[in-house]
Amino acid sequence: MTTAAAELGQPPVVEESVAVKIGRVVAKTPVHIFLVAVGLLWLVPTLGLFFTSLLPAANFGSTGWWKILSKPSVATWQNYHEIFRNSSITHSLTTTLQIAIGGTVLPILVAALAGYAFAWLDFPGRDWIFLIVIALLVVPLQMALIPIFSLYNHVGIFDTVLSLVLFHTAFGLPFAIFLLRNFFIGIPKDILESARIDGASEFRIFLRLILPLGLPAIASLAIFQFLWTWNDLIVALTFGRNTQPITVAIFSQLTEFGSNIDIIAPAAFISLAIPLVVFFAFQRYFVQGLLAGSVK
Amino acid sequence: MNGASVTAEPPGRAAPPVARAGRLRKHAVAAAFLAPAVFFLGVWIIYPLADTVRRSFLYRDTNRWIGLHNYKELFTLGTIVTAIKNNAIWIGVVPALVTAIGLIFAVLTERIRWSVAFKTVVFMPMAISLFAAGVIWRVMDQEDPHVGALNAGIGAIHDAFSPPGPLPDAAASTSNLTGSPQRGFVLHKPLHPGGVGLLGLTGIATSEVPSTAVQAASPKPVANGIAGVVWRDFKPGGGKAGQVEQGELGLPGVTVQLENATGRKVESVKTDDNGTFSFVGVQGGEYRVAIGPKTFAKPFGGVAWLGPKLITPALIVAYIWVWAGFAMVVIAAGLAAIPREVLEAGRTDGGTEWQVFRRVTVPLLAPVLSVVFITMLINVLKVFDIVLSVAPGSSQDDANVIALAMWRTSFGGVNDYGLGAAIAVFLFLLVIPVLALNVRRFRREV
Repeated sequence: MTTAAAELGQPPVVEESVAVKIGRVVAKTPVHIFLVAVGLLWLVPTLGLFFTSLLPAANFGSTGWWKILSKPSVATWQNYHEIFRNSSITHSLTTTLQIAIGGTVLPILVAALAGYAFAWLDFPGRDWIFLIVIALLVVPLQMALIPIFSLYNHVGIFDTVLSLVLFHTAFGLPFAIFLLRNFFIGIPKDILESARIDGASEFRIFLRLILPLGLPAIASLAIFQFLWTWNDLIVALTFGRNTQPITVAIFSQLTEFGSNIDIIAPAAFISLAIPLVVFFAFQRYFVQGLLAGSVK
Repeated sequence: MNGASVTAEPPGRAAPPVARAGRLRKHAVAAAFLAPAVFFLGVWIIYPLADTVRRSFLYRDTNRWIGLHNYKELFTLGTIVTAIKNNAIWIGVVPALVTAIGLIFAVLTERIRWSVAFKTVVFMPMAISLFAAGVIWRVMDQEDPHVGALNAGIGAIHDAFSPPGPLPDAAASTSNLTGSPQRGFVLHKPLHPGGVGLLGLTGIATSEVPSTAVQAASPKPVANGIAGVVWRDFKPGGGKAGQVEQGELGLPGVTVQLENATGRKVESVKTDDNGTFSFVGVQGGEYRVAIGPKTFAKPFGGVAWLGPKLITPALIVAYIWVWAGFAMVVIAAGLAAIPREVLEAGRTDGGTEWQVFRRVTVPLLAPVLSVVFITMLINVLKVFDIVLSVAPGSSQDDANVIALAMWRTSFGGVNDYGLGAAIAVFLFLLVIPVLALNVRRFRREV
């Protein structure tokens, strides 16, 4: 009955008495209180790091970061000034950016080509090869660290931005191919066929049709790859010595946590602020990609 | 064969050479599209996969074949065994907890209007690196309640229920006073009405002496009563123990108890500014004078979250903080896909909210819940970064996990490639069931 009314565009209007309304609001109060508490619990730790980064170095061992709330005059941007004058930190930020951009563009390019082949080209063993790609989705990168370590040493690209980008590309590929192939396969067949009848080459179709039409999926993927490469620690820790992204630079300060907190806290906050900006700017694509990748 | 190929090449055997050439050309095009991916997957994943398996049977970085020796080492070497045990805890706790928390959040956010704000806040840590999230929690988990927010919060609750006493560090000045800060102090010698008790305490910092304190007074005996003084039995330069001297301060506000011969509390009073107290109208008999343990209760000192015992729980809390948002968003999407009518039908059939949730919502969500659970299972097997940033060096052996053990064995100074490779293969074997599941699910689809 309810649904029938809704379909007619006339939702059943039930007059609620004030008492019922109040009762409903009161019944929901525990839910609101609980969710507000949870929200705070999720917000406070990040704020804590930010406030800690504003504390003068001498205060860390004695002053809790929350003292800034009651005495804002304690806060200072001094640590950030120092950080941006610290050439090893600024250098590591540029390195991180190079790795993240390279590690985003290259795998998407390679995956888009392969994704198109898996979705729309005919070749023997297509489904079998795609099955292998799916199998590679969950291979832990620990399986590659030792062989690639010695390979890089042989070839002589150990400790370069390129070596990190190549590694990220390879391990980003299974997910990227999977996501793009599934998206490309949803592109209407008619569009492709009329282009083929018009005599367009496959490469031209790929460039002029597939890439523009696949943009939403490519955007999701780009955000994922960017965050993944920006946030990486283990790959850079293994294949980099002087090529240090920000995570490794912070890692090397961790042994003296208390006394280096004036470097660690602001550097960590900068390193997470950029992904957060990306996240807030492209939240929609991020969630879409996540759902496409997991609920399939 | 799709429609495009039908139009591109005439069917039948009319022109087989042309058809074959066309097919070859098409395969060549496909190969060109696939070549870069095949190169990357081959060189960086498939070749290393085989090479790591090979190396796991070799001694360190040599070519000497040692059979299963590295795998035996895996289950006998202390730090690796700890890592496997810890990872078992992670596997047992985290996927279930993250899925449950995600489900609770997803269901509850459906009832509020500000769900977008809530979801954004909880989802936010997903964008942050696990490494940086670890730094965040390292700050939160500091042991000193003045610095670590978590312990400060626990301390506030702790102190509300058992407030710290005014004299946390005090000790008896002479053996006349027996006991300990934990049990409280009692004057060894029993008193009778008209008697006087001297309760001298030391080990009290000047800053701990209440600001109203004045020169301690020698108590005057009271008829039918018991009098005494609680004072800081110390002055600059020392002084004689057990005697109230010039320059020694009374301790005001200390609760003194009068206990009868059976040890039962009869009465209690608070000391004056000069430290004196008196119980009046006391019936005949033997009494003892005592200061209860509450006076000496220490303030909350902080839980050692980053210490060797609690480091894994602390890591798990941080990890759940990161991943709960993922579970929530995926489950919320699954929830939104359930037709409203199904839930409404359950409600009109007289089901309570809880019954509808148990009998309708959860079964319909089962596929989504299992996806979240399996994703978390894989993530937990690979946990690495967060351990390196949360656990201080002194706790890292106790916080060890398989992925970290693999890295430390291979690159962290030990440089035992053979053993490192064996750990990696072990990790790989653990994800193989999920790998098989993925492949089977996909084969059903095509």
